[in-house]
Amino acid sequence: MANDKIRNFCIIAHIDHGKSTLADRILEKTETVAIRDMEDQLLDNMDIERERGITIKARAVRLKYTAQDGEDYIFNLIDTPGHVDFNYEVSRSLAACEGAILVVDASQGIEAQTLANTYLAIEHDLEVVPVVNKIDLPSADPERVCSEVENVIGIPAMDAPRISAKMGTNIEAVLEKIVTDIPAPQGDPEKPLKALIFDSYYDSYKGVIIYVRVKEGRVKVGDNIRLMATGAVFNVVEAGFMDASNLVNSGSLEAGEVGYIAASIKSIGDTRVGDTVTNDECPCDEPLPGYRKVNPMVFSGIYPADGAKYGDLRDALEKLQLNDASLSFEPETSIALGFGFRCGFLGLLHMEIIQERLEREYNLDLITTAPSVIYKVTMTNGEVQYIDNPTNYPDPALIQTAEEPMVKASILSPSDYVGNIMELCQDRRGVFKDMKYLDDTRVELHYELPLNEIVYDFFDVLKSRTKGYASFDYEMMGYVPSKLVKLDILLNGEVVDALSFIIHTDKAYARARKIAEKLKDNIPRQLFEVPIQAAIGGKIIARETVKAMRKDVLAKCYGGDITRKKKLLEKQKEGKKRMRQLGTVEVPQEAFMSVLKLDS
Amino acid sequence: MRDLGIYVHVPFCGRKCGYCDFYSVKWTKQAAVDYTAAVLRNIRHYSEPDRMVDTVYFGGGTPSLLTSKQIGDILGVIRRSFTLDSQAEITIEANPCTLSSEKLSELRNTGINRLSIGVQSMIDSELKILGRVHSSERAVQAVLDAQSAGFDNISCDLMIALPGQDIESLRYSAEKLADLPIQHISAYILKTEEGTPFDCDDIKRRLPDEDGTAELYLEMVRLLEERGFMQYEVSNFAKKGYESRHNCRYWKCGDYLGIGPAAHSCHNGRRFAVERDITGFISSETQQVTVTDESPCGFEEFAMLRLRLKEGLRLSDTGEHRADIERKLPPLISDGYAESDGERIWLTPKGFLMSNSVIEYLVF
Repeated sequence: MANDKIRNFCIIAHIDHGKSTLADRILEKTETVAIRDMEDQLLDNMDIERERGITIKARAVRLKYTAQDGEDYIFNLIDTPGHVDFNYEVSRSLAACEGAILVVDASQGIEAQTLANTYLAIEHDLEVVPVVNKIDLPSADPERVCSEVENVIGIPAMDAPRISAKMGTNIEAVLEKIVTDIPAPQGDPEKPLKALIFDSYYDSYKGVIIYVRVKEGRVKVGDNIRLMATGAVFNVVEAGFMDASNLVNSGSLEAGEVGYIAASIKSIGDTRVGDTVTNDECPCDEPLPGYRKVNPMVFSGIYPADGAKYGDLRDALEKLQLNDASLSFEPETSIALGFGFRCGFLGLLHMEIIQERLEREYNLDLITTAPSVIYKVTMTNGEVQYIDNPTNYPDPALIQTAEEPMVKASILSPSDYVGNIMELCQDRRGVFKDMKYLDDTRVELHYELPLNEIVYDFFDVLKSRTKGYASFDYEMMGYVPSKLVKLDILLNGEVVDALSFIIHTDKAYARARKIAEKLKDNIPRQLFEVPIQAAIGGKIIARETVKAMRKDVLAKCYGGDITRKKKLLEKQKEGKKRMRQLGTVEVPQEAFMSVLKLDS
Repeated sequence: MRDLGIYVHVPFCGRKCGYCDFYSVKWTKQAAVDYTAAVLRNIRHYSEPDRMVDTVYFGGGTPSLLTSKQIGDILGVIRRSFTLDSQAEITIEANPCTLSSEKLSELRNTGINRLSIGVQSMIDSELKILGRVHSSERAVQAVLDAQSAGFDNISCDLMIALPGQDIESLRYSAEKLADLPIQHISAYILKTEEGTPFDCDDIKRRLPDEDGTAELYLEMVRLLEERGFMQYEVSNFAKKGYESRHNCRYWKCGDYLGIGPAAHSCHNGRRFAVERDITGFISSETQQVTVTDESPCGFEEFAMLRLRLKEGLRLSDTGEHRADIERKLPPLISDGYAESDGERIWLTPKGFLMSNSVIEYLVF
């Protein structure tokens, strides 16, 4: 098919503005999916995505559409993740498209995520096609929303299709807009192969499947391809596209097309998102711009609640890693928690998703330690250590300098919230760089922030302090010296290694007090009193006590029903297996989790 | 052959109290007749003429709703089916309202020699909340009448941690009760059982909290012991020599045979329970039972039960578990939950209050 009949696009929307529903309607209208096969929100494959209303991994689907001009068109719909943790993946997905449908809720208007991703799309020269959704809602005000799009984003929007994806209203107008407004892809099929990897996943039969956008040249079954960043070479076994539910091996892909390649690739580590695929025998001169290696930035220990499930946890992590090259893990041991893994994530959401998938898809009960970043420690003997686990933090007497990673953060927000944002950034040890007005009402702030101040909950707090309007992005800027200390938590006088963390001196006292309080609230009263202490070195800086329980008795003798009594004690014993026994102290999983979310 | 206790569950009540989850049904004259006949059949069924029975206990429900004749018939069949010890302790639970002077004399004549009277509180407003039909005045009268009828082994129930109860009101009830001519007090901490009318926010909101309940319990132990009612079990107090021999069977892994719907047995090497079904009980030739334990009185159970008793657990009876128990003991002693003389360990009142946790920690 000629390139002028191809349209490559994605959908940008704030959470709950109807991205997945619109995608479903488009699939339905183009009859890619027989109605009877429709399951709501087909594109989001994973349960967690559906429940959280977010898309985690990008996917691409090929659709056929017969337009009002009588011509047949090929649509490649590329789904994008929508969270700052996956910002890089979003940018690679956008780089595979010529256009983006911007879905805006007719009653809520533009919101933070919309804006961040729209700017990202504009940065990638994408044609943005605004669509106003949810016009069936009583509070819908499409006219206001359209002028907002024009004023804030600066793209024409008065003729944006007014639709209801839920009711299936006016979906054809969107399809026609895709044909008329989004440019056909460019690219010369005769040039050497140059294709962008924007996603990959592991298939147990075919090996790693990579999703590509072919920019120049062509690739066909039997070709030897080279992945330029890693240099790995593979022989193409399949090349084709994905319809709504299956991979269709069409034998080749050409410039302008979006599709998949299977080449018996064993490890997903070879197929990095953003990398360029070229022909091994006839390579292109230079790779596509914008590639960067994604490194985990947040680390935490993941332990099975039941120590016997260690092997199951390892198997599950291995399986998840097949599909997620940004997840890293290696074994570690904790005195408190036993055998587990130190895992690396792109960010906190990524961590939560992995954790939830382990629990849900692999039926594991987990205990997760507080997230940590990588600290750079120069010892007095000149040796440099990178510490991603607080337990391994060296004796302060042996440290010459300690450094922590900093990020350059950019925050976009309505100007009303500037005060709140500045307060937050200040509280998080941020260094103000500059502030620009984008228009009368919107500002962009630049800060330098320590990464360890944003890995916990920065994004959540930012959203709550700006009513969800602020968007946030960051990039690593390197290490700066910092006054760091290791804070230990003691229960009944014993250090609980899994609760230790590294923190800036100025924040240690406040944090210590808060953690001690949280633990007190989350450790149930038990047979013996539980003293909770927070300490730096040998010095106790906060203390709380969980008082001993006073009453736990079966007073009645139930006419000799001894079995009932015994079962009750057995059940009580069983219930405590879900807790960690640290000496005589029983610590429920919730206590370990509670220190992760101090501000909630 | 081990001697035996017989428990007869009489599942009739005039009305159901809001906190109670024992099995009971509305009393009717005919049901009581049919029920008694079924009890007699069952006692004959389990007959072992040479076996010594030294305790009989009519529990409920409200056993005093049976006529004295019905009680007498049941005791008669027990005498014919087993060897009833002349010194046997024969107890009946009774609601104060059912104890007229006449009834008391009749009961005495059937051979009943111990009464367990459901007084619960000496404060009328508390009795009303509990759904009891008697007044404190009526309770006092019942005890005095029982004494006149010749009963010299009388137990009264007392409940603590009632809605709205405080130290003062508990003290009032406990002292009033202890001053009566009685020999035994069973004092239970109210527990809201799931599905009972007490399992509602309106009641729960007014219950003393955990610490308050603990204070009430400790104060009660102190008050009762001060008046000569020595604690011998988590919830039981007696003047010297008046400990309930029947209930001690439960805690000392003795044998007991339960007759009647919802009755429990530990009999000839098995624990079993009768179905909670009066109709089935009446219509069956012999009661339908479910075995709950094929090998009762293993170490955990033995230790669990012994530790409910003030006399506690002999370390020499703990066999292979002794080292483990002695290792775990010091923090229990230093925190005041338990005491030991090197041969036995026993729980303190503070330990009794935490007996589930203590026993689970020590034994399970």
